[in-house]
Amino acid sequence: METKRVVFVGVGGQGNLLASRLLGEAALSLGIPVVVSEIHGMAQRGGIVESAVLMGDVGSPIVSKGEADVLVGFEPVETLRALGKCNNETLVITNTHPLPPFTVSVGQGTYPPVDEMLDLIKAKIKRVIALDGDAMAAEVGNPLSLNMVMLGALIGSGSVPVKAETMKKTIEELTKRAFLESNLKAFDLGYDSAKMQ
Amino acid sequence: MHKLLTDAPGKEMLLLGNEAIARGALEAGLSFATCYPGTPSSEIPEQFFRISQETDLYFEYSTNEKVALEVGAGAAVSGLRTMVTMKHVGVNVAADPLMTLAYSGIKGGMVIVTADDPYLFSSQNEQDNRYYARLSGLPMLEPTNTQEMKDLTKAAFDLSEELKLPVLLRTTTRLNHVRGEVELGQLQPITPKGDFQKNPFHFVAIPAVSRKLHKLLLEKYDQAMAKAEKWPTNQIIGNGKWGIVTNGVSFNYVSDAISDLGISDKVSILKMGFSWPLPKGLIKQFLEQVDKVLVVEELEPIMENDFKAIAQEFGITIPIKGKGVGELSRLFEYDPGMVRRSIAQYFDIPYKALEPVDLSGIPELPGRPPNLCPGCPHRATYYAVKEVYGEDAIHPSDIGCYTLGVLPPISMADYLICMGSSVSSSCGFSRATDKKVVSFIGDSTFFHSGITGLVNAVHNNHKFTLVILDNGTTAMTGHQPHPGVDTRPLGVERTRISLEDLVRGCGVKDVHVVKPLKVKKTMEAVKAAMEYDGISVIISRELCPLFAKATGQAKKARPFYVNLNKCKNHRDCINKIACPAMYLEGEQVKINPNLCIGCAVCAQICPENAILPAK
Repeated sequence: METKRVVFVGVGGQGNLLASRLLGEAALSLGIPVVVSEIHGMAQRGGIVESAVLMGDVGSPIVSKGEADVLVGFEPVETLRALGKCNNETLVITNTHPLPPFTVSVGQGTYPPVDEMLDLIKAKIKRVIALDGDAMAAEVGNPLSLNMVMLGALIGSGSVPVKAETMKKTIEELTKRAFLESNLKAFDLGYDSAKMQ
Repeated sequence: MHKLLTDAPGKEMLLLGNEAIARGALEAGLSFATCYPGTPSSEIPEQFFRISQETDLYFEYSTNEKVALEVGAGAAVSGLRTMVTMKHVGVNVAADPLMTLAYSGIKGGMVIVTADDPYLFSSQNEQDNRYYARLSGLPMLEPTNTQEMKDLTKAAFDLSEELKLPVLLRTTTRLNHVRGEVELGQLQPITPKGDFQKNPFHFVAIPAVSRKLHKLLLEKYDQAMAKAEKWPTNQIIGNGKWGIVTNGVSFNYVSDAISDLGISDKVSILKMGFSWPLPKGLIKQFLEQVDKVLVVEELEPIMENDFKAIAQEFGITIPIKGKGVGELSRLFEYDPGMVRRSIAQYFDIPYKALEPVDLSGIPELPGRPPNLCPGCPHRATYYAVKEVYGEDAIHPSDIGCYTLGVLPPISMADYLICMGSSVSSSCGFSRATDKKVVSFIGDSTFFHSGITGLVNAVHNNHKFTLVILDNGTTAMTGHQPHPGVDTRPLGVERTRISLEDLVRGCGVKDVHVVKPLKVKKTMEAVKAAMEYDGISVIISRELCPLFAKATGQAKKARPFYVNLNKCKNHRDCINKIACPAMYLEGEQVKINPNLCIGCAVCAQICPENAILPAK
């Protein structure tokens, strides 16, 4: 079957490791061969967290420069930083809500305006889905559901062989009961937003 | 029930590589496990820690890797199937027992996991522990994917028991931290007790005994080589004239590359799953069926050199290359694209890589290094020490979250080589220079390998201050306990060792215990230590806030805010404390109430008392 290479980037605490794991579980439930790679260790300390999900006839657990089919960025600067993973055909899905790193607060760098970053991404990539994931997570009353919004947008984009129904079933099985309702709502908001773009 | 205790042979699960290793051990009847945690190995013992609370499995977090291996040796010579896990540099700590344990061997199967870290995702070096198999004479197995991590672990126990030798299972970060499908096998029962048969003229390594044992090890080496010849994961795949030798995660890059390049019919792959001792017969067969060879192995050119030597032995003169071909380097980790391009170059295959997007015009992006968490007590300790000692003191540091103190604006880590080096190197710095020396070590690291350095410091009359950052857990690797921890919140009863008693027992006379979030009192203790003529130890005690939260021990505290009427923009808070909860809005410092945990350290240092608890 066709190989799909999906790269997730985000900041420690945004939950992209859970998102990639859930996608992996959903693929497994459909009998799609899958490998998920994660980098642990610094995830809780505000650093960059990258994970990848590779589906189909592929054994390598990581995605080389220029070889991502989809890049899902949980934070605009991190999307831009990871753009080297993309080629002209890559679909980029990005959250537009900025999370400036601490280096900016102490004057060791400047955070580029979000609009300029989006324009730059759009100038280089044919298909870009941009959404304010944090606003959607806030809308469902669970700021930690950003990862569900982004997962919804990924499934809504139709770029991976996993349908919403399967993904939601996996979310139901593997996320905490107390957050299930808001997680599913967040997923739907991301899904609908991607469908419309 | 722990998911790895699922009794459903044939079921497919998505497991992390480290979970697959733990499951493989349980399918081999694992009964005894020890470790000192270290990335990327830590999730293996994490499973055992929880499983030991539901079953008869004995598991302990040992004080360090040498201790873990020796504890494990006692169980394995008593006949219990035993696993000991550590990161690559942990094997250095355990190397002393490892070398002689190879001589005397074991009775119950023993598997030692060495988790290597090419690219140094979270390590101080990227040493290649395949050398340890060669140094010790122990067999080494190298899985290539999650399924093999389980299956080879199980097979390693049988191999170990048959050879009566510990077996090294070598992984790399990209295997430990990959999730993949694993088909479960049958769980085996746990054996809670073994029996030790005395045999001092085998198990007591005096010279006369060890001379015999070394000979025995060489005999076992020959038996192991015979096993390697027929080992299922030592495979020749394909029968083309282009030979590729590979191991570990690189096997996947090679397999994907030859399929992407459409050259499967031209290539023979030799996959080395049992990588020491090398199966010379199989290698000879492989070298005789190909015209030229490329060795694709991360880190050192170990197989490359061995294969050249074996070819020479058999009079085979075909080209054998590895490092230096295309992008294949001794540095860092490989990736699929790099391996594909290098294979294409070596075998002269026309290939056009996908064009990565043009990255021109992207502005310089602000860095996002990992940082001490909001409210981390280490930050407060660093502040107090710097206020008292100024910028000139030398700060040997150690391995843990607090190593992040190397970053500005804290900038208080000047020297670090390995676990425990803070204390011992301080002895050298304080003798060799006229500078003040204040070193930092975490509580777990102090138990691991700081104690001997401190005894040395007292005995040899050195003069410096050691700060033990006691956050009540092994934070960096995922909140494992250590001998100074109250383990009750983790659901187990272990005897807690008092750091202050231990430090006094080492002969230290000037001991201070402070709560770092009380800034003024901490600074007073630091001043007293600075004035003391000899070794001072400051134990800076405050629970890791992440650990406190995870175990229900966090105190409720209100977040703080900056009162804009009072703030005169001195920015001591942001320039000296640099808590990630602070940010600049225009020129005004503000505090993000969602990140602030109310530690109140910034409020204590604000010259205008402008930082106040939210109402």
